[in-house]
Amino acid sequence: MPKRSNEPVFWALFGAGGVVAAFVLPALIVVTGLAAPLGLPSPGVLSYERVSAFAASLPGAAFLFVVISLSLWHGFHRIYHSLHELGVHRGLSVVRVLCYGTALAGTALTAYLLVTAI
Amino acid sequence: MAVRRPYVRPMAGWWRRNPFYIFYMLREATSVFVALYALQLLYGLYTLAVGEAAFDAWLVSLRHPLFLVFHGVALAAALLHAFTWFNVAPKAMPVLYLGSHRVADRTLVWAQYLIFAVISVAILGVVLGG
Repeated sequence: MPKRSNEPVFWALFGAGGVVAAFVLPALIVVTGLAAPLGLPSPGVLSYERVSAFAASLPGAAFLFVVISLSLWHGFHRIYHSLHELGVHRGLSVVRVLCYGTALAGTALTAYLLVTAI
Repeated sequence: MAVRRPYVRPMAGWWRRNPFYIFYMLREATSVFVALYALQLLYGLYTLAVGEAAFDAWLVSLRHPLFLVFHGVALAAALLHAFTWFNVAPKAMPVLYLGSHRVADRTLVWAQYLIFAVISVAILGVVLGG
């Protein structure tokens, strides 16, 4: 039996992450990165009570898990393949483990934090 | 006897020679900001689990000018990612039929922009308005 590539698995995660990042990240970056720190429209947009209630709800936890984990898989898959195009060839298998390892560890940590929050 | 030395076209900096490839690499570079922002969110989630003091300290750290600049650039990167992603989606997905009529690529791209607008307004409205 020919050795089959495991690339489709990572490409599927990359594709799913690409969809989620495209639809959700711009608005989310505006909220957490710009509006909340600048106190717009009012301070307390991301108060501890509000965010912990959101993270402890099932829809909120599912949203955060999907956004964080799939964005990680999307981002690190693309970073890994771009390194090849920048001429980085030596030690690429180590880079691959680091990239997908970070995405996997991030996914596990996100799941752990959310499950303990519920 | 001289050793044959075939010409090998140098590849260093290949993408900087053509505007099309510069844009291609710019598109790929959005992934760095997608990954960094996801890690930033994960860190915020971690401080949330630690407790209120840690979470508030994270919120204060986001006010640093460097973080504001980072999030400004991340927003531009996320928008470029969204724009390019929606545009290539019809090429990456199976051909869609409504009855016997093939749905045009342009329709699929505009449908995604519409969904994007609805989701963005919903997120901004719920968080910033409520």
